[in-house]
Amino acid sequence: MSIEIQNINKFFGDFVALENINLSVPTGQLTALLGPSGGGKSTLLRVIAGLENADSGTVTIEGIDATGLPAQKRNVGFVFQHYAAFKHMTVAKNIAFGLEIRKLPKKQIAAKVDELLHLVHLTQWADRLPAQLSGGQRQRMALARALAIEPSVLLLDEPFGALDAKVRKELRDWLRRLHDEVHVTTVFVTHDQQEALEVADSIVVINEGRIEQIGAPDDLYDAPANEFVLSFLGPVTRLGGKLIRPHDIEILRYGQAATATGKITRWTRVGFEIRLEVNSSDPRHTDPIQVVVTRAEANALGVHEGDTVWLRPKVGGTSVSAT
Amino acid sequence: MASSSIRSGPKGPVTYVARVVVIAYLVLLVAWPVSVVVQRTFAPADGAPGGLGAFLERLQDPSVVYAFQLTATAAFWAVLLNTVFGVGVSLLLVRYSFPGRRLLSVLVDLPMSVSPVVVGLALVLAYGGNAGWFGPALQSIGVQIIFSTPGIILATAFVSLPLVIREIIPVLQEIGTEQENAARSLGASGRQTFWRVTLPAIKWALIYGVVLSLARALGEFGAVKIVSQGAAFNGETATLLVQNRYGNYEESTAYASAFVLVLIAVAALVVVSILRPKEGPKEGPKEGPKEGTAQ
Repeated sequence: MSIEIQNINKFFGDFVALENINLSVPTGQLTALLGPSGGGKSTLLRVIAGLENADSGTVTIEGIDATGLPAQKRNVGFVFQHYAAFKHMTVAKNIAFGLEIRKLPKKQIAAKVDELLHLVHLTQWADRLPAQLSGGQRQRMALARALAIEPSVLLLDEPFGALDAKVRKELRDWLRRLHDEVHVTTVFVTHDQQEALEVADSIVVINEGRIEQIGAPDDLYDAPANEFVLSFLGPVTRLGGKLIRPHDIEILRYGQAATATGKITRWTRVGFEIRLEVNSSDPRHTDPIQVVVTRAEANALGVHEGDTVWLRPKVGGTSVSAT
Repeated sequence: MASSSIRSGPKGPVTYVARVVVIAYLVLLVAWPVSVVVQRTFAPADGAPGGLGAFLERLQDPSVVYAFQLTATAAFWAVLLNTVFGVGVSLLLVRYSFPGRRLLSVLVDLPMSVSPVVVGLALVLAYGGNAGWFGPALQSIGVQIIFSTPGIILATAFVSLPLVIREIIPVLQEIGTEQENAARSLGASGRQTFWRVTLPAIKWALIYGVVLSLARALGEFGAVKIVSQGAAFNGETATLLVQNRYGNYEESTAYASAFVLVLIAVAALVVVSILRPKEGPKEGPKEGPKEGTAQ
C-alpha cells in the first residue's frame, strides 16, 4: 500500500472536516476522491500532502510515518486547482524548481526538464512565462513540475476544475494515458462524477467528512452502498418505493406489471437523448418521475408529450430502497 | 471607443467650468508656489549674479553638503529598516492569524495619521538622555539617541513606516498561499520559499513602497525638528537647513536646497509612474482562451 491513512480527524473550530477516516491507496493506481464541495475531500488531500495537519490519526506514505513530517520532506507531488504557477519563472524554470532545490547537477536538471517538457507537450513553450499559456497548458506545466521530483505519490486537487468543458475532457483522457505511462500512485480530488468514473481505477466517495463507499467505478455505479452514493454518481428519480436512475426505467403503453402511471408533462430533447417528466397521481410520487430514453426508443414507442404512459424498472437496472 | 470610466460625448459648460476650477486650484496651490521657488533659486540675490553657477556654488557650502549627507544617511537607514521590518510585518499580518492582529494592523497605520511633531515628542520622552524611559540606560552604555543621528533615523523611520507595508499587503493577499504551498511541496524550506517565490512575487510593490518611503524620508521635517539639535554641522538635515537659512536672511541658500528637494521628489514620482503600469500587464490573462491541450 502506498498511502495508509488511519483514524484521521480534522476540525475547523466546531466544523468537522474529516471524521475518523481510514483509507488505503494501492501502489500505482489512480484513485479519485469524489464528493460534493465542502465534503472534506480536499482537506484529506492536503493532510496527505502535509499542507494541513490532522488533529489526530496517522498518515503513512510508502511505509514511512509521515504524520509529523512537514510538506517539504514528504516527497509528494501536488497539483493545485488554480495551477499555482510561479509567475515570474519561465515554464522550464517552473519545472526545474524542485530539482534546483535538491541541488542536482545542472546537466541532469536540463535533461530531466527536457524529458518532462516532452511528456506534457510543452517543448516549444519552455521559455514562455505562465501568463502566456492557456489554462490547460498551465496545468500540464504544473503536473510536469510535480512529476519532476519523482514523487512517491502524486496528488491533484480538482486539477481540471478551472478549465472549460472541452479542455477538461481532453486533459482527463490525457491524464489517464499519462498515468498508464508513468505509473506513479495518484490521488485526485473531484466533484465531477463523470471525471471520476472515466479516469479512476478506484473511487472513494466522501461526504460530510466521512467515507461513504470505496470501490471500482463499476462497483459504485452498479452497487451503491446507499442513497447518497447512488444520487451522487448520476441523476436519480423515485419510482414506487425505490430510487432508480432515469435511464433504468422502461416506458410501456399499457398497464402490464407497471409500477407507476402518469402523463408526460415535460419533453426535453438533448442530442440523442430525450428527458421526460411523468406526473403520477400516486401519492408516493410527490415529484414528477424523471425518465431518460433515446430518440430511437421514443420513436419506436410512438410517445409524445401529453400521452399517458406506464413505467417499470428495466431488467438489469440498479435501484436502492428510498428512505 | 472610450473606456467605461471616461465619459465622452458633447461637453457642456459644466465640463469647462470644472476644468477651469481644477486647473486654477492646482496652479494656485502647487504649481505657482513651486515655480516661485525655482525662479528664486536662479535669480540674482544680494547683488550676486544668479544662474546655474551661483546655484551650484551655494550647494557646495560645507554646511549644505553636511545637511544633505545627514539627510541621505537618515533616509538610507530609515528606508532599510522599513524595508526589512515592513516585509516581515506584512508577512505576519497577511499569512498568520494571532490574537491582536487587527490591533497591530491599526498600529502600523498610526504614523500616517499622527502629527510628526507628536512622533518627535514621543521619541524624546522614550529615548531622551535625562528623563526618557530607555534614555538613561542607553546613555550609561554610551549610546545617545536623542539629539544625535540615531534619533533622526528613528524619527524618519517612524513617519515612513506604513508606506512599504501598505504597498506589500494587498499584493500578498492577492497572490495567496498557493505558490508558497507549491514551493513547499516541491521541497523548498521556508527560507528558500521566501527568496525564490514570495519575494519575486512582491518585488514591484516592494520597490514602489521603498521609493515612496525614500521620498517621505528625505522630506521629513516635524519629527526631526524635535529630536535633533538642528544646528549647522550638528543635526541639521536638508529640510531643517531650509528653514534655518530662510529665517536667517540667507534665502538664496534656502531656495537652492529647497529646489534640490523638489528635484528629488519629482525624480521619485517619475520612478513611481514608470513602475506603476508594470503591475497590470505583468499579470497576464487569467485564462488563455485560444490553446487546447495537445499539439
